[in-house]
Parts: sequence; structure tokens; C-alpha cells
Amino acid sequence: MIIDALTGVLLIPALSACLLAALPGYRLTSRLNVLAAFLSFATAVSLFFVEPKSGPYLLVDDLNKVFIVLTTFVAFTTSVFSASYIGHEIEIGRLKLTYVRFYHAMYQVLMFGMNLALVANNIGLMWVAIELATLTTVLMVGIYRTHEALEAAWKYFILGSVGIALALFGTILIYMAARPVIGEGLEAMVWTVLVAHAAKFDPALLNVAFVFLLLGYGTKVGLAPLHAWLPDAHAEGPTPISAVLSGLLLNVALYALLRFKMLFALNPVAIAPGPLMVTMGLISCVFAAFMLYRRRDIKRMFAYSSIEHMGIIVFAFGMGGPLANFAGLLHMTMHSLTKSAIFFAVGHIAQVKGTQKIADMGGLTVTNPVLGWGLVLGVVAIAGLPPLGIFMSEFLVVSSTFARQPWLVMILVLGILVALGGLFLRLNTIVFGEPRGPTAPAQASYVPMFAHLAIVFMAGIYMPPALVTGFQNVAKLLG
Amino acid sequence: MRGISFDVAHMLAGSLVLVSFMQLYQARLYALLNIFALHALILAASVAWQAFIQDAPHLYLTALIALVFKAIVIPVALHRIIVRLGIHREIETVVGVGPAMLLGMGLVALSMVVMLRVTAEADPLAREDLAFALSVVLLGLLMMVTRRNAVSQVIGFMSLENGLVLAATGAKGMPLVVEISIAFSVLIAFIVIGIFLFRIRERFDTVDVRALDRFRGERR
Repeated sequence: MIIDALTGVLLIPALSACLLAALPGYRLTSRLNVLAAFLSFATAVSLFFVEPKSGPYLLVDDLNKVFIVLTTFVAFTTSVFSASYIGHEIEIGRLKLTYVRFYHAMYQVLMFGMNLALVANNIGLMWVAIELATLTTVLMVGIYRTHEALEAAWKYFILGSVGIALALFGTILIYMAARPVIGEGLEAMVWTVLVAHAAKFDPALLNVAFVFLLLGYGTKVGLAPLHAWLPDAHAEGPTPISAVLSGLLLNVALYALLRFKMLFALNPVAIAPGPLMVTMGLISCVFAAFMLYRRRDIKRMFAYSSIEHMGIIVFAFGMGGPLANFAGLLHMTMHSLTKSAIFFAVGHIAQVKGTQKIADMGGLTVTNPVLGWGLVLGVVAIAGLPPLGIFMSEFLVVSSTFARQPWLVMILVLGILVALGGLFLRLNTIVFGEPRGPTAPAQASYVPMFAHLAIVFMAGIYMPPALVTGFQNVAKLLG
Repeated sequence: MRGISFDVAHMLAGSLVLVSFMQLYQARLYALLNIFALHALILAASVAWQAFIQDAPHLYLTALIALVFKAIVIPVALHRIIVRLGIHREIETVVGVGPAMLLGMGLVALSMVVMLRVTAEADPLAREDLAFALSVVLLGLLMMVTRRNAVSQVIGFMSLENGLVLAATGAKGMPLVVEISIAFSVLIAFIVIGIFLFRIRERFDTVDVRALDRFRGERR
């Protein structure tokens, strides 16, 4: 196989995972981790300039280019954050040095799994990649070996495997539907071939397949009522993993759903996947918004906020059409950047305070102004206040769908407003008022956090025309 | 297509569903483990029969993996874990045997109705296989929710995966990539599970999943 950018985004994480597993210590390995993540990102960007050829196994098109670049970028910034976060965890003895080697290797394996899921041109291969990414994160979530971490990892493992098993059943059904048209063998599992023949597939089989795929991959997206694993996994794992889970892994599962949605859109007789996605999106958004009010753990709170935003994104894609798809895509990008920035801040805050309980935090803007105001900025962004990027994308979601389904959009807006209230209620406790808990200065790297927030801020004011046309092309592709 | 080959495939897939039912009411871990080994054995026979009638030699490999790995290695390993943890006592079930069986029958009826209706045009062997496979998958799910013990949840999950293998082999000519990956995923899953079981034991002195519920971050 010729080495091009496409195999590059797979080879770099795979090789560095082997390398990192072999090297001791953490200073060197954390830097190597950053370097590997940066190389993957650079390779991903090069996809825009030199487009490699798609084969029967790997594929590159406008849709997955956006996902790959976003994934590798957030993975890169998270690795920078992770370097300082893990350094502190080792100092306080929460993480043993032997686990750190494992942690860095797993980080790269996760990158490999996610990139493979994004570039796979084969529905079976994509499934394997998502399973790999899931198992890796299960191991990472349980890395602290505390009661809570083990419970979270076990719950995540059981629910995640059931989801992934249902998705495999859906995948087999898709093959069964494709076989009479395309013929036996590998061809009947290749995306590009499937898409070319989708119109002739048996619609009844496709319908059943979609139910399984939606339940299966929907579990991984964290859609209510299949979200039970998500808050635990976010709260108990190391914070860099929470950032990657929220910002990236949910997107990868969503990407799988979107690919299948494209397939179904091409078959005129099969059920439209839209209404089902809209329903689950709305349920997730409103449910998670109300759940925000009773959170006592800071990471759990932002995990519920992720469910809410995935709900909004799935709603937008479910509505479909170029404009709503554009809005969904923009919202997904903005959410990834903002949520990971918030987790960067939360990670350092939890390290300063030595706890994740909201009740034990307070007055951060006075004691740790940079972290405190960083979090305020992040929450302002995630709550969807102008002029930041999420306001733009939420506004687009609402305005592009209002003419078609005013009542549904009302429910969505209700969810967004309820979430806004919940977030600010808790934010007030955390950053303002009397300082509570330890107030030592944080040994933090602020660069990743503010880099993300700066991009989100920019996107709210001005989007480069090249980016807009790129997103428009993808939105059209999604149908 | 109707003939001895169809009848045997039908019988094997049907027995798999039957054994899934038998798993539902096993009260003891050892018995459950033995029934699971039987489940895997029937799966191996079923896959081998599919390899024979489809003339697909690579499926023999899948059958072999099912036989060696699922019917022998995993049951033996789990057996040793059970002995080591000293938990060969009764299994507590959340739902009683009666309701569990009734629920199981409902699930099988559901999968028959759904799959047979939508696959009217597919060849009879594939559609019956799919219907049985879905039944096995759903019964595996049912077992996972009705058991509290971590070991029996794992067994539920593995019998669910057996159902998936049955579906994958019933789909004629499905590429080998997937079968190997299924085997791999079981392998990985088992390693993960193994680690977890020991870790859980280390921390809680029990593998009863209920003990985990106490440590919810929310409640304190």
C-alpha cells in the first residue's frame, strides 16, 4: 500500500501507540504524545490540498474530511492539556507511573480507532473501529481504579457493548439488503458501492436495519433514553478523556449515523430516518436540560450539557435540507471546540480544589482569575449567548427549521433556555461569591483552552468564505 | 433449497434459541456456565453446517473459533474465576423464572413477527436464520437485565454475541473481515471483562453488581 495522507492518519497513531507503550517515564512520553497528535493533525490538514484516492477499504470525501480535521485538531490540543494535567496527577500520586505509559499508548490507540472509523469505506470495518474506540475508552475511564471509576467503566462497557452489538445486527441487515442487488462478497459492504445502488435495496429490510443502527450508534451518541453510561464515564475518567469523549467520540458515532442516513435518503420507499432522529434529538435536548438543575458534580453537569447539545445536533440533521444540515455541522464543530475547552478549565479547577463537587467550589474569579473567567467564557459560549459561535449555530438551527415545524422548534428552544438557566445557576456558585476550598494557583496550560475559545469567538463574528463553502458542500452531500 | 440441508440448519438454529431459554432459568453459576458451553457448541455446529451448505470454507474457521474459544477456553477460564472467587452459590435473579420465561417468549414472538415479515423475498434459509438470530440476541439482552451477578451478565453478553455470529453466517457470502473481527472483539471483550472481574473483586470483595450501586457520585 502506498503511504499517503489517508494511511498517514492511521499509521501515525498506530506506530506512536507502540512506541509510547515501550517508553518509560512521563515527561518524554507526554511530549511525544503531543508530537504524534500534531503530526496526525498536520497530515489531516494536508487532505484538503492533496486528495488521495479512495479504495475498497479507505475513503475520503468532503464529509469525512471535516470530521477528520476536527478530530485530529481537538486531539492535538487535548494532548497539550493532558501533558500538564497528567503531570499534576502524578505529583499528587493519584495516578501511578506504570499507568501513565498505558494511558499514553491508549490515547493513541483511541486516535487510531476514531480516525479509522472516519476513513473506513466499509460498514464492517467502521463497526470494528468504533468498537475499538469504545473498548479503549472503557479502559481509560477505569484508570483511577476507584469505586466510582470502576462502576462507571463497567456500566459504560455493558451499555456500550449492547449498543455496539445492536449496531452490528443492523450492519448485517444492511448487507442482507444489499446482497441481492450487488452480489455476494466484499463489494456489498463498501460505502461507495452501497450508495450507488441504494435505490434498489429492499425497503422493508432497510427499515428494520435503521431501527437497530439508530439504537446501536445512538447509544454511543448518548441520545436519551440510551445515555445512562455517559455522565458516569465523563465524571470518573481523567479529564482529558472526558474532553475527548464529549468533543470527539460522540461525533464519530454521529458520523456513522449520518453515513447510514445518506444511504436511506437515496431509497425512495424506505422510511425517512428524519422523524426518528428529530424525536430522539428533542427528547435528549429537553431531558438533559432539566437534568442540569440537580447536578452536584461539575463534570457530570457538563456531561449532561453534552447530551443536550448532541440532541440539538441530531435534531438539526434529522430535519435535513441544506440549511439545517449546515447548521447541524456548524453546531457540532462549535460544540466540540467549546466543550473540550470547558473540560480543560474544569480539569484544572478540579485539581486546584481537589474535588469535583460544585458545593465545595466558589469565588474562582477572585482566587484563580484566569481559570475562573475562562470557565465563565466557556459557559457563556456553551449556553448559546451572542456573539459566540454556538449562538450562531443554534440561531441557524432554529431559524432554518422554524418555517417547517414551528411547534417542534418551540420544544427545542424551551430545552435551550432551560439549559441556559441551569448552567448559569451552577456557574454562579462555582466562580462567584465567597472563595471556598483550596486556592492554590494552578499549574495549568491555558493555551489549548483559549485557543478553542478564540476560534469559537471568531466563528461567531466572522466565518471565512472558504469554510462556509466547504460546509455548504458537505450539507448538500448529506441531503 | 428445502431439503435435508435446510432442515438441519433450521434445527441447529432452533436449538440455539432453546438453549438461550435454558440459560434464563439456571439458578447456579456452574450450571449456567455449562449451558453456555452447550450454546457455543451448537453455534459451532450451526456455523460448520452453514460452511458446508454454502460451500464457504472460511466459515469453518469461524466454527473452529466458536468451538475452541467460546465452548472450551472461556467456560474453563470463567470456571476457574468462579472457583477462585468462591461465588458458586445461587444466583439472585431480579425477575422470577416465570415472568422471565414469559418475557422471553414474547421477545421470540416479536423477532419472528418482525423478521419474517420484512424478509419475505429473501431465501427461506437466510430469513429463518435471521429470525432465530434476533431471538438469541434479544434473549441475551433479557438475561443481562435480569441478572445481577457480573459473571452471569458477561455470559448473557456472550450469548448475545453468539446470536450475532449466527446472523453473520446466515447472511450468505458475508466477507471474512467481519467474522475475524467478531472473534477479535470477543477476545478483547474477554480480556477487559477478566481484568474487571479481578479489579471488582479486589475492591469490593464481591462480584455482585448491586454493590457497585452504592458508589454513585450523585448521592453523597
